[in-house]
Parts: sequence; structure tokens; C-alpha cells
Amino acid sequence: MIPSAFTFYKPDNIEKAVSLMSDFGDEARVIAGGHSLIPVMKQRLTDIKHLIDLSGINEIKGIDITGNQISIGAMTTQVELINNEELFKKAPIIREASLQIADPQVRNLGTIGGNVANGDPANDMPGLMQLLDATYKLSGKNGVREVKARDFYEGAYFTARDDDEILISISFEVPSGGYAYEKQKRKIGDYATAAAGVIIRVENNKCSSASIALTNLSDTPVYCDKAVEIIVGKEIDNDLLDQVTKACVDQSDPVADQRGPVEFKKYVAGIVIKKALNRAIERS
Amino acid sequence: MEKINVSMKVNGKEESLTVEPRTLLVHALREHLEYTGAHIGCSSSHCGACTIDMNGKSVKSCTVFAPQAEGAEILTVEGIGSPDKLHALQEMFKEHHGLQCGYCTPGMIMRSYRFLQENPNPTEEEVRFGISGNLCRCTGYQNIVKSIMAAASKIRDEANVEKKEIA
Repeated sequence: MIPSAFTFYKPDNIEKAVSLMSDFGDEARVIAGGHSLIPVMKQRLTDIKHLIDLSGINEIKGIDITGNQISIGAMTTQVELINNEELFKKAPIIREASLQIADPQVRNLGTIGGNVANGDPANDMPGLMQLLDATYKLSGKNGVREVKARDFYEGAYFTARDDDEILISISFEVPSGGYAYEKQKRKIGDYATAAAGVIIRVENNKCSSASIALTNLSDTPVYCDKAVEIIVGKEIDNDLLDQVTKACVDQSDPVADQRGPVEFKKYVAGIVIKKALNRAIERS
Repeated sequence: MEKINVSMKVNGKEESLTVEPRTLLVHALREHLEYTGAHIGCSSSHCGACTIDMNGKSVKSCTVFAPQAEGAEILTVEGIGSPDKLHALQEMFKEHHGLQCGYCTPGMIMRSYRFLQENPNPTEEEVRFGISGNLCRCTGYQNIVKSIMAAASKIRDEANVEKKEIA
């Protein structure tokens, strides 16, 4: 499988990359790890005339942890997220989720920026970033602006990013409480049939704060605000967790595909949500 | 479409080639530079038959464009041993019947080569997770895992002997 022809650029700073994006508009695409983009280029599902490789831009790589704030450059790879001990100490859910993405070779090249900016509902990082209430920084011809992860996704492959903009970093506050990212997939390397992330604080068996998000259960990630409303302030028991799980499943809107019909996906969603809730509560 | 020059170091040798930017790294290696060790299986980054080492990391060379490898240090299966001096992994794959049809073998060996540097003393489970990006359609995983475990132990023994000799 050979993609259609394109011109290749490798700018060494973000201004040059943004200027190429402004010049070429929707005929240009940036490439990070390429493991979502190259497969669709090979299948000729997208026609890209100008390909802009971001790997030469050092300013958008790496992990910075200052006080309570974590900032991750868009070109940071999944294996770098997994191996960073400081990040693991502050936000262990990132390692837990990253290890469930694709396979070792793909994680060596796949980046957090590509994963969140692509807008593929099957990607794990968008749901995880909604869970963490992360903020995305986008650089475009009119300067830099910030968009919340919870406002970024509009539909499958449609996001708040303008054609001339490039995602440069992702930041969020150090999360506190128990955590879990639970993913059901048919095999290693597959996307989720259903996945759920939970972060929860429990004091004297009472939930003081919670965040829940779902992956590949709608055409965007799903932030389960209704379920969060139900659980916060309540005594934790099994009935409450069943109610919370149901509220999450009710907010999901999966489509039938090779991973199964809608009823099956909602059933699997219920299982991963409940498992994630239980594991997060155990760890809180 | 205009062609561009790409230079890289393959198995220690400086190489340069002129290709269309859309040329995949695996095609550049196999067809332009004649390193046919990396195989093309699925061409969709699932099977791992095209796995090579790029700048010290295992990557699937069917999902990298040749110009993305500009300046890179590449290692293919041709670069880790020779017919009269096999690498420990090659020797152990031979001894433990770690291959049947052999198609996935260069990818399995190159992934294991890097994996054993990341984790020189793995458990069987860690080996399985480490090679989870490589598929064997003969489903010969039992012996592949055995071969990698045996190679890990051989590499550790050799390292110990070297240490003793130096001391």
C-alpha cells in the first residue's frame, strides 16, 4: 500500500510549521508519530499534498512538572510517558493507560499530541485528558490559544482546532485520589471495545470528588458529568456504584461495528466502568 | 513528484538514496538499499514483520516514511550477526525451533534484540508482553518465547564471563 504523492517538510521551529500550515490550509497535515496518519494515507482515505514533520521541533517535546502543574509537549512519545518516573509518581494513571495503547513498537513512535489532536474516538488519550480536565495549547497564525479537552471534540475527526493550528502542549493539575483506566479490547494493538477512566477521592467511605470519562463509546470521548453528580457527596456502596455505572452507560452512544452490536458495547461499557470504579476506590 | 535525498546509517554503514517522500522506510531498505531482512507482512503496523531498530528503539518500518529516517541509525537483522557468527538470539531460535515458516522471524529477532537490552532478565510473561507487537501466523509462540528466554540467559552468561576475564 503506497500513499499518494506529497511534498515533505521538516521545520525546526513552531513558527515555521504554523506558517506552512497557513500557506497550504487543508492541503497540509502535520505528522507526529504517524501511526494513525500513515495507515489512512496508505488506504488513500485522505489526500494530503503537503506533509509537515514535527519531529525536528524540540520546543514541543518533553515533560515538565512544576509544583502542582504538569505540562507535556505534544511530541512526547507514549514510551516517554510510561518511562518517566516523576510523571508516574504524580499521575500514575498516565502510565496505566499508555501501557494499554497499541504495542511496544507503536508506543515508541506514537505521541500524546497525535493521539489527542487526531480526533479519533477510538484513541485513549482524549478520554483520559477529559478525565484530568486538561487544557490544550494550540499555536496558529493568530498566536497561541487554549482549549479545554472537554470542549475540544466535536465529532469523529472533527475538533476545535483550526486548519492553520498545531497542538503544542497539554497541561493539567496533578490529580489526587484513586485512579483506574480499564480497557476491554479484542487483542493487543486493537482499539477499545469499551474503556473507562476514573479518578476518585473517598474520605470515610464518602466520595468527596470524582471524574469519569469513556473511550470509543460515542463519536467523541464521553465525560460523564451526570454520573459524577450522582456519586459526589454520597456514601459508597454497591447500589450507588450500580447507579453511577448506569448513568455513565446512559451517556454513551456507541455504534455497531466489527467489535460488536450496540447492546454488546453497552454491556461491556458497564463492566469496564464498574471495574474502573472499584479499582479506583480501592486505591483511594 | 520531486525526489529528495535521504541519508542514514544502516548496520554501521553510511547510506544515501534519492526517493519520493512517500517511500516507506521498509521499501527504501529492501528495494533501494537491498537490505531484505525486514519483511513486509500486513503493511498496516499490526504484524511486526518489518520491525527494525531505529535510533535505539524498535519501530515498524512499514509505518515510517523514508525522509522521517533522515540521519537515523538503523539496525536490521543483517547487522546483528553473520552466518559464521550468529547472534545469541539467532542461535537460540535455531536451537529451540523458534521458527516455522520463518516469515515473522527477522521482526521477532529485531524486537527481541532491543527488548533484551531494555530488560536483560525478563520473566516469560514480560517476554510475551515485549513481543506483543509481533505476530506469528504459524502460531509458534511457545518456541519463540523459549528461544528468547534461552538467548537472554546466554547473553547474561557471556556478560558474566567477560566481567570475570576483565577482573
